[in-house]
Amino acid sequence: MEDFTWRVGGPQGGGIETAATLFARAVAKGGWWVATKREYHSNIMGRHSYLDVRLGRKPVGAFREKVDMLVALDGETLARHLDEVRPGGVLLYDPKVLGLTVRGLPMLDHRVADALAERFRKANPSLQDLLAAFVEAGVQPLPYPYEEVADRIGVELGVPPLQARRTLNTIAVAASLHFLGFPLDPLLEALALQFRGKVLELNQRVAQAVYREEMPKLSFQLHLNGYEPGRVYLTGAQAAALGKLAGGLRFQTYYPISPATDESTYLEAHTAFTGADVAVVQTEDEMAAVTMAVGAALTGAKAATATSGPGFSLMAEGMGFAGMIEAPLVVTLYQRGGPSTGLPTRTEQGDLMFAIRGGHGEYPRIVLASGDIQDAFLDAQKALAWAWRYQTVVVHLVDKFLASMAQSLPKEALRVLSLDGEKRLGPRHEGFGPYERYGPAEDGISPFIPIGTPGGFYWMTSDEHDPVGHITEDVALREYQMEKRMQKLETARREIPLEDQYTLFRDGEVLVLGWGTVKGTLLEALDHLPGVGYLHLRLLWPFPQIGPLLEGKRLVTVEHNYSGQLADLVQQETLKRVHHRVAKHNGRPITLDEVVEALKGVLAGRAPERLVLRKGV
Amino acid sequence: MLELKLADYKAEKQPDWCPGCGDYGILSALQMALFELKRDPSQTAIFSGIGCSAKTPHYLNVYGVHTLHGRVLPVAQGAKLANPHLTVVAVGGDGDGLGIGAGHFVAAGRRNVDMLYILYDNEVYGLTKGQAGPTLGLGEKTKSLPKPNPQGRINPLLLAFASGYTWIARGYAYDVKGLKELIKEGLSHKGLAFLHVLQPCPTYNDLHTKEWFAPRLYRLQDEGYDPHVPEGLPPEELDRKMAQFQEKAVEWGERIPLGVFWQAEVPTFEERLKAYLPRYPEVYPALGQQEPLDLEGLLKEFAL
Repeated sequence: MEDFTWRVGGPQGGGIETAATLFARAVAKGGWWVATKREYHSNIMGRHSYLDVRLGRKPVGAFREKVDMLVALDGETLARHLDEVRPGGVLLYDPKVLGLTVRGLPMLDHRVADALAERFRKANPSLQDLLAAFVEAGVQPLPYPYEEVADRIGVELGVPPLQARRTLNTIAVAASLHFLGFPLDPLLEALALQFRGKVLELNQRVAQAVYREEMPKLSFQLHLNGYEPGRVYLTGAQAAALGKLAGGLRFQTYYPISPATDESTYLEAHTAFTGADVAVVQTEDEMAAVTMAVGAALTGAKAATATSGPGFSLMAEGMGFAGMIEAPLVVTLYQRGGPSTGLPTRTEQGDLMFAIRGGHGEYPRIVLASGDIQDAFLDAQKALAWAWRYQTVVVHLVDKFLASMAQSLPKEALRVLSLDGEKRLGPRHEGFGPYERYGPAEDGISPFIPIGTPGGFYWMTSDEHDPVGHITEDVALREYQMEKRMQKLETARREIPLEDQYTLFRDGEVLVLGWGTVKGTLLEALDHLPGVGYLHLRLLWPFPQIGPLLEGKRLVTVEHNYSGQLADLVQQETLKRVHHRVAKHNGRPITLDEVVEALKGVLAGRAPERLVLRKGV
Repeated sequence: MLELKLADYKAEKQPDWCPGCGDYGILSALQMALFELKRDPSQTAIFSGIGCSAKTPHYLNVYGVHTLHGRVLPVAQGAKLANPHLTVVAVGGDGDGLGIGAGHFVAAGRRNVDMLYILYDNEVYGLTKGQAGPTLGLGEKTKSLPKPNPQGRINPLLLAFASGYTWIARGYAYDVKGLKELIKEGLSHKGLAFLHVLQPCPTYNDLHTKEWFAPRLYRLQDEGYDPHVPEGLPPEELDRKMAQFQEKAVEWGERIPLGVFWQAEVPTFEERLKAYLPRYPEVYPALGQQEPLDLEGLLKEFAL
């Protein structure tokens, strides 16, 4: 197999994440590059969740519409993923679920149950009916009684039944790999990455026992791909956290919110590492999170916060304050489905305009977006550096897709950048009197002495102010300070290297524009779309001067939101018309297959102005 | 640090409070307290919310941060935690701290960051022309209210106590000397100190005026009240202290107590942070990253 996707589905809290991580590590130990995406409900346990692990001979950044192997750890998985396995693919399931009916699956949405009822022309189809439909679609069924196997192996190894049942995930992964003809050793090594001591020993013995069983041969096999050391496998949230550490973060605040929390809890758990001794404070709400970070920044500490949609709405006030008093502040925004509480655990790129414009009044802010794990790591460093260089708010846009996605990548991809250029002054000793914190500066960036700098003091106020920071409503001072602040945007646009602003991965008569996490999908889509180019935007505000690149092209935007916010922005900033807007707003990431199909339609001249992609489970 | 005089602590900026405003007294007391404690202006920061009281930082020669309505406590705590060697004072009005900022007021008590919070209580929103503040009693009608106040009064002392403030006191804006002593004591307290200041608004509060307060006020300490709650007090002793606190905290009307109500020894948030940051507070965030990041070490858990 050159291209392979393994999917595991089951109830949340049932350890399917452990299973996916184990599978990913096992195939990675066998030399494959991997990427994993995670879909889950806003729920602690019981509701349906699934993960895809996609393998490739080169780094993987996109996901397919159909999977090659579906591992169903419960009956609901059969109902939800009925059309998700490619013809010729396989379904691994526990035959005991066949006694269930669709209406008997308590967590299944009525909409899905009703659709199945209509499809099978039965009030309450059985899972036997669903299995028949899988088979009819060319899927090979592989009945595999996980629990029975666990019990049998338990007896064989002399392990108590309850303990043996805890290895169901390892059994499912081992069975998958054994069916695929994949050697056992990489799995044993992967287990050693995951477990320690007695638990490791048990899981390894269980895997060995599964491998001793006779399995029917599949029509396709998964071979080794030549292991190379030096690769890492981590999520976007972990990469963003590490990037912040690499960028010198000293103070992080947060209020728990999905999917942003993972970043802060990672930081909290790693303060013992050298250089990672960050003060992490869980605050009472997001107003406190953002303003507490501002307070820390005023003393000279590199400070940041991380949040998602609803929290970001609450932070609009504090961000404006930071902009007004020129405090360096990084807000990492993990976008999720909105509006309001929306889809807390599903992806969206719906906050672009809000990140750029949200809040009352005008202040300079820098908005950048990450496309993948490596970007998340590098961009987090840039965000901190720019916040301090320009003494203002930097919004680092990521999203739920990236936060929970994991990718394998070469360790060297995670490099520490040397970025400086802060206009910070050292201690001042002469005399006693206020410091001109907001004094004249042609580039808009006045020299900054943090609170606590010996010999200094001055004032900061959310009101308009004079050069030492006293309140003023004077027209000339207002004009000067407003213009000085906003000048930073022009300075940033001039100073930020073009490669940090955008990347023209390939030029083409049809030019696709994207930002954030459509990157990996579009880069792979290019392989299937001769004549199509891709321009990836990294800096969203100040908006890069991309107008000349768009001249004479058929422009298409691809993004995870309803209206096509990037399209609006491109039109506003370049006065070029975007001919097609490809949008997806169902909370599920765009698949390689659906974007290729959509863009083929554009190439063939039969695409409407607005295309909505609707795939996903 | 230069040898500073009392006048050096006062900024050149002229206060724009109404004549007779209680804020002047608080400002003077604050200026005298900082001077008498010889606090270095460059190692001192005063934070404020929004409202009349929130202009205070502009009138003192220290780092002054005039923040957002209700958000003074998070900003002040962020600064103090990032540089624990600063002297940090937060100030704000009753609307700022107990209305829009009530959530922060409560959460700050849970942390016990080592700083002083002074709440200027005039029972009204002065800067927006006299609407009812969260400390104005139910049914009370100040002159700018068209009808009696339909909402009840928060007791700031009880709320501070319930939230975990470790030093709780009340002062009076026109008793500058007494207030100065309370500020000095609050600044010297290890942990979060809450100073509730009765601050008559001569423009909008015609109920609780200087004349109304004068005959009612008395000092707790003059009557032998002992606010000290040592660490590890036996439960029955603690119960007695709590009962004593409550009795005095609700006293209002004929007699109104001033002074220190509660003074407990509880580990500060800075001390609790040591569980995460063993070198804190010697190594603190404002110093910046002290050693290069051990990225290699951090990546080990992700290695394939």
